[in-house]
Amino acid sequence: MTASADPSFDAGREPLLAPRTAVTVVLLAVLALVPVYAMLSGDGFALTLFTRVLILALGAVSLNLIMGYGGMVSFGHAAYLGIGGYAVGILAKEGIGSGLVQWPVAIAVSALYALVVGALSLRTRGVYFIMITLAFAQMIYYVAIGLDRYGGDDGLTIYRRSQFGGVIDLNNKTLFYYLCFALLLTSIYLVARIVNSRFGLVIQGARSNERRMRAIGFPTFRYKLVCFVIAGALCGLAGALLANLTNFISPALMHWTRSGDLIVMVVLGGLGTPFGPLIGAVAFLLLEEGLSRVTEYPDLILGPILLLVAIYVHGGIEGLLVGRRDG
Amino acid sequence: MLYFIEQCLNGVQLGMLLFLLAAGLTLVFGIMDLVNLAHGSLYMLGAYFAATFAVLTGSFVFAVILALFVSLIAGMVLEVVAIRRLYQRSHLDQVLGTFGLLLFFNELVRLVWGPAGMTLALPQQMLTAVQIIPGVYYPAYRLVIMVVALAVAALLYFVVMRTRLGMLIRAGASNREMVGALGVNIKLLYTLVFGLGAALAGFAGVMQAPILTVQIGMGENILILAFVVIIIGGIGSIRGAFVASLVVGLIDTLGRAFVPDMLHRVLSTNAAATLGPALSSMSIYMLMAAILVFRPEGLFPAASR
Amino acid sequence: MAEALLQIEDLTKRFGGVVPADAITLAIAPGEVHAVIGPNGAGKTTLIGLLSGELAPWQGHIRFDGADITRLPVYRRSQLGLARSFQITSLFRGFTALDNVALAVQAHRGHSFRFWRDARGEDELRKPALAALARVGLAGRAGVRIERLSHGELRQLEIAMALATQPRRLLLDEPMAGLGSEESAQMVRLLRELKGSMTILLVEHDMEAVFALADRITVMVYGRIIASGDPLAVRADTAGRQAYLGEKDDKENAGREGRHA
Repeated sequence: MTASADPSFDAGREPLLAPRTAVTVVLLAVLALVPVYAMLSGDGFALTLFTRVLILALGAVSLNLIMGYGGMVSFGHAAYLGIGGYAVGILAKEGIGSGLVQWPVAIAVSALYALVVGALSLRTRGVYFIMITLAFAQMIYYVAIGLDRYGGDDGLTIYRRSQFGGVIDLNNKTLFYYLCFALLLTSIYLVARIVNSRFGLVIQGARSNERRMRAIGFPTFRYKLVCFVIAGALCGLAGALLANLTNFISPALMHWTRSGDLIVMVVLGGLGTPFGPLIGAVAFLLLEEGLSRVTEYPDLILGPILLLVAIYVHGGIEGLLVGRRDG
Repeated sequence: MLYFIEQCLNGVQLGMLLFLLAAGLTLVFGIMDLVNLAHGSLYMLGAYFAATFAVLTGSFVFAVILALFVSLIAGMVLEVVAIRRLYQRSHLDQVLGTFGLLLFFNELVRLVWGPAGMTLALPQQMLTAVQIIPGVYYPAYRLVIMVVALAVAALLYFVVMRTRLGMLIRAGASNREMVGALGVNIKLLYTLVFGLGAALAGFAGVMQAPILTVQIGMGENILILAFVVIIIGGIGSIRGAFVASLVVGLIDTLGRAFVPDMLHRVLSTNAAATLGPALSSMSIYMLMAAILVFRPEGLFPAASR
Repeated sequence: MAEALLQIEDLTKRFGGVVPADAITLAIAPGEVHAVIGPNGAGKTTLIGLLSGELAPWQGHIRFDGADITRLPVYRRSQLGLARSFQITSLFRGFTALDNVALAVQAHRGHSFRFWRDARGEDELRKPALAALARVGLAGRAGVRIERLSHGELRQLEIAMALATQPRRLLLDEPMAGLGSEESAQMVRLLRELKGSMTILLVEHDMEAVFALADRITVMVYGRIIASGDPLAVRADTAGRQAYLGEKDDKENAGREGRHA
């Protein structure tokens, strides 16, 4: 990939899998085998749970693009899950059941919303940006609640999953699982390519020192906006998948605490690393699931865990695994 | 017309509540550079404390006063135990950490008080309607809220602008090292400021309890409104928070009251019915978006930021 | 006299009750090294901020090669050939020296809406970056993350960043800041080499360097220019001297040893 074999040319970039290669490979292997386990043991719940993990990991991957690499802490990312989901749900209700229409619409509307929100929010930074993205997400949450025709607060049942003309039957849970897995891995690869491209370096540079980026001649706003739109679109796809998984979509999916969950996943897994969002999604959802089996009040434990991670851990789980990297 | 006046008053009342909440939030952010998502939890706890004390003591007034004190103490304890460790961290970490606290408190409330929520009864005198202008009646208690909140705002202004403590607070906002070098105990100052913010939040929770709600998660929705207030008013500015609170309170209330009607006149019944509730709740976000376009730093940005 | 490359007219900046720049008027010829000196708080950094575009003037104009750039944003001025180095090192942490400079090169090689190709493998970016590093003497440290570079090396990197954009004009904000005697000498040698091929506006406290490099000197105090012209003339100008060199002499006697350019 590089022009020269001189290692100093490579020194800046992180390889795709390292440094947590072992963990990542094992995790991928385990995930690949979940449907096999489900088939053998008859545990359908595990399959559903892990499909959910994969889909939310996709959402986390999109958030990691803007947050981990771009430094844009968006507290409204769950909005795109909702928009993607509602695109599928609304079209289904109106009689358009084809996935070939629903999914592109989900992605397009998400991208459009991201364009508008980004154009307004990216004029600010830091805490302002966090609060503003939060406010916009809440806005769309209320809009969804107000949509009586599509269930409002109660949500909308989706009776038939997206149709793909008989080529793929999404009702086949195993097939659906592997489809989500494939989409997730593809996205991780795409994001990894993006962040090391010229575009990605601009985004990373803007995160590191936006003032300097402008001083050397980059109009950073437009690049950040495009990045924001890409992330929104990708998360919209995750929303479409989620709606298919649960055959249901409701405003609760867009509540800002869901955006908080996505942030937690990205931070837990390690900001700005290729597989961090997946690791974080697995860790968070399993933790959530595990705690709710152990106690009736899981957040009494989860809450303080998050607080401790925020106070003590540099770099999330990745930080724990490899120790601090910066000098 | 009467309806309009009533809605305006409701808007002002909401604005006053928002101000109490936003003032604490903007103080803490302005001085300690801390994003606190658990601020809404303090609001919730204030309401729950008051409801509990009302049951225990049988007196509304006692309940309010006790709840206020407990909120102050709870805030200071929280600061010492958890919050102060977040000052040095990035805003993202602060968001993460206070988000954890928010989840924790919601669950704690569920554990201690149960999922159902509570009520706080008003004493008989406050339930009557008062005639403020000939022909216009307004619930006495809502007037009390406005008056009390205004008094608190005036007190806050006085403390911040005219006292030594206030001077330290303002100085801390612009230059932390200097204040520390002056021999002022920064740690204590921060604890006090945070406690003050908690007391304000708890007070807001208490005040609205009889007319709105005492339930789990009540802090979240209003917290976001408080964020919008701060964005519009400018982070770190009490004056900005005051003006913005009134504006937001009025627009949100009037929007919900009148937009569906206006839509019905302009659009077909179906469209209006579909869009009405959605658009009316969007009004303040539209305002926020407009401010962002023309004045991203807010109406009264504090100079230090 | 040759047409000025950079023409500053009546530039004024107000901030609250303070006027850090008051009717500044300067003309800088191509290839000239023009030093701006003055005590702290004189408005030198404000001037750089106004020239680079980070600050908007209350009134006045800035003309670059004849074109009025007063209202242009920072990145546009950079694209037009106006590069700037920072007084307090302002680089991209988490990246290597080569990455840093390559970004500067990238900014001037067309748009960056390329999403697929690995930018670190592009010779078109890496080669000029290495050349810029070599010019400041950092070629051997290309692959090192900037967190591991010494302060002197970081100051050199600042210059490399500015050079990589192939500017026609450099705004250097205290390039000597924090350098020891050996490193300062090196920096002066470097700047001397640039002289002639580049037009430089140099803000500096280090008087030895200033007199070794400058073709003309401007003295600023409290936002105003109080003297401007030939270095020897300025040196002889009593007012300028007292305002600045006098103070400086005290400091120099108290602290640093003399350095030879």
